[in-house]
Amino acid sequence: MMDAFSVDGIDLDASDASILSDTAFLNDLRRQMVKFATLQLSNSHLAEDAVQEALIGALKNAKSFAGRAALKTWVFAILRNKIADVLRQKQRMVEASSLLREDEESEDFSELFDKKGFWQGDEKPATWGNPQDALHQNQFWKVFEICLERLPGNQARVFMMKEFVELDAAEICAAVGITTTNLNVMLHRSRLRLRECLENTWFQKGKHA
Amino acid sequence: MMNCLEATKLISESQERSLSVPEKVTLKMHVLMCSGCKNFSLQVPFLGKAMRAYAQWEGDAGPEATKKQ
Repeated sequence: MMDAFSVDGIDLDASDASILSDTAFLNDLRRQMVKFATLQLSNSHLAEDAVQEALIGALKNAKSFAGRAALKTWVFAILRNKIADVLRQKQRMVEASSLLREDEESEDFSELFDKKGFWQGDEKPATWGNPQDALHQNQFWKVFEICLERLPGNQARVFMMKEFVELDAAEICAAVGITTTNLNVMLHRSRLRLRECLENTWFQKGKHA
Repeated sequence: MMNCLEATKLISESQERSLSVPEKVTLKMHVLMCSGCKNFSLQVPFLGKAMRAYAQWEGDAGPEATKKQ
């Protein structure tokens, strides 16, 4: 693995130093990017390439970043576009198969719904009040990350393709080799699980102000 | 009448496509009577919003990191 931050041809002058000398931040950022790209592309070479390109692109402009949050936002925006491009091009490099089998109808909903398909008493979604407020709280993002990681890999992957890479349903189906019905099932499950986890670990734990 | 399993499926799908008029009507009727699905219908768009905002979260830098939503 090459060192992302000593890339040839990029001049790092003193004004960049504040962000770019923060090795812990940069390593953590890179780790997150690789993890995300690998999940999306299910190919570690493609993922490394995409991360590398995104970092090079972003670091060329490093001077214009006011802070770490701005840099991270920008780097992930570039990475997201690269991933979207790769996914759109590679149509069906993934065999239609592997993805679905483990996710197929086997999962049972009896924990959440009764035999007639109504919420089990203690599983009924509660009110979250003003969930937007959570977006400003550092601790919430840790919980969010944990909940994402608890999703089965394929559910997390398509959920992020939809809501983070922002591919549309047809593009996801083509990239991953699944039908619209499969996709809908997976997204439905991922949303049920994710909201349940957030509710149990955050929204019902009392006030977080 | 539509049950909660079906209602949550439609609510989820509404993020990917426009529901038909009959779907909207049956869903609306269900949600009017079911607080659980009503809450679910408010939470699903929030999940997408949070996912998109996720990259802006900056780790241990403190609350400033996520201020600009």
